[in-house]
Amino acid sequence: MAAGHTIDALGQFELHPVLGAVGRSVGFSQSSMMMLIAAVLTIGLLVVGMSAKAVVPGRLQALAEMLYDFVHKMCIEQIGEEGKKFFPFVFTLFTFILLGNLLGLLPFSFAYTSHIAVTFSLAAIVIVLVTGVALAIHGMHFFSYFFPAGAPIYLAWLIIPVEIISYLSRPVSLSIRLFANMVAGHVMFEVFASFIVMMAGAGLVGYIGGVGPLALNVILMGFELLVACLQAYVFAVLTCIYLHDAVHLH
Amino acid sequence: MRPLVALSGLGSVLLASSAFAEEAKKGMPHLDFHNPLTVSQVVWLAIIFLALYLILSKWALPQVESVLKARAGSIAADLDAARGAKEAAEAAIAELISATQAAQATARMEIATAVDTAKAAADAQLATDNARLEAQLGAAETRIAAARASALGALREVATEATAMVVGRLTGSPADPKAVDTAVGSLLAARGLA
Repeated sequence: MAAGHTIDALGQFELHPVLGAVGRSVGFSQSSMMMLIAAVLTIGLLVVGMSAKAVVPGRLQALAEMLYDFVHKMCIEQIGEEGKKFFPFVFTLFTFILLGNLLGLLPFSFAYTSHIAVTFSLAAIVIVLVTGVALAIHGMHFFSYFFPAGAPIYLAWLIIPVEIISYLSRPVSLSIRLFANMVAGHVMFEVFASFIVMMAGAGLVGYIGGVGPLALNVILMGFELLVACLQAYVFAVLTCIYLHDAVHLH
Repeated sequence: MRPLVALSGLGSVLLASSAFAEEAKKGMPHLDFHNPLTVSQVVWLAIIFLALYLILSKWALPQVESVLKARAGSIAADLDAARGAKEAAEAAIAELISATQAAQATARMEIATAVDTAKAAADAQLATDNARLEAQLGAAETRIAAARASALGALREVATEATAMVVGRLTGSPADPKAVDTAVGSLLAARGLA
């Protein structure tokens, strides 16, 4: 809390080096720490969960298999049979964002998906991959993507720039959607939590009045769990749709 | 960086309320590019994401895939085995039905043959019996005719004696045997017994 009646809603997003002097020298912040934890948890879930290799899965194995099946189905349905090639990438992307969102909801944690630098980097990876795949499969024919077949040729001067802008705005919308959702949720948590503390300063009335924002924060937590899963899904599904376009060109 | 600049403008508008006044001056930590950590997390993201991708794609995900494939394989094998067993059972049932039908046909044929044989044997038996009975009947009739003839032969004698005796009692004198004999003979002849 900042002094006085201000609410430090954005302080939670400040980056600090962790792991002492070593962390400081290599720029290892709590954000990077959470990425590492998310990666370890993902690998841990799969390796520990699948270690039994049971025909009838236990809980952890069922979770790992459900996650696998969910992303696998998404790839096949959105991209088609070629989706199998991109499945490891989409799986990595989905679990990385999902765990980033979910871990960020834990107290004393940090949501690295609330940083535009991170989400934009992820979106940049996606768009570079999509463009690379499209060029590798279709070569120069890829550029016909910017002028849909059957469109009147005298409108080319209008359609082509619009298509190019829409293509280039993909990573922007992809990254800002995730970033804004995460920031908004965490700011709201902070604001309502600050209300509770402020109310508590007002004595007995405040203690009773503080129940309101507390209840709101509880409801908000449920909502944010939904948002965390939904945004990871949206990011992954849009990646699959872009990959579909890259593979099939419309 | 144009979207980022636009976003920072948006953020300033968003945070322009008095409670956020101090924040607005500091700006969003997300866009604080003076902090080297903001950029360094991109580098760390690249390293960790790449490592995660390589580990997942080369090691962790194939494990899941192999388990899922093994399960799908064993389920398919079980289904195949069940289908095979069902087919074998159906074949056995068909064989059973055809064997039963064949056995029934054979049995029917054998019964018919046996009945025919028995009927033929019975007919032959009947014929010999009939012949034997005919023969016995003929012999019996011959004997009856002989007995009747002999009985009828005795009848004349008995009738003559009885007549002679009755005539003797009635008349008190012995009857003339010749006349009696003639009368009896004519009476018998009239009755067809001579």
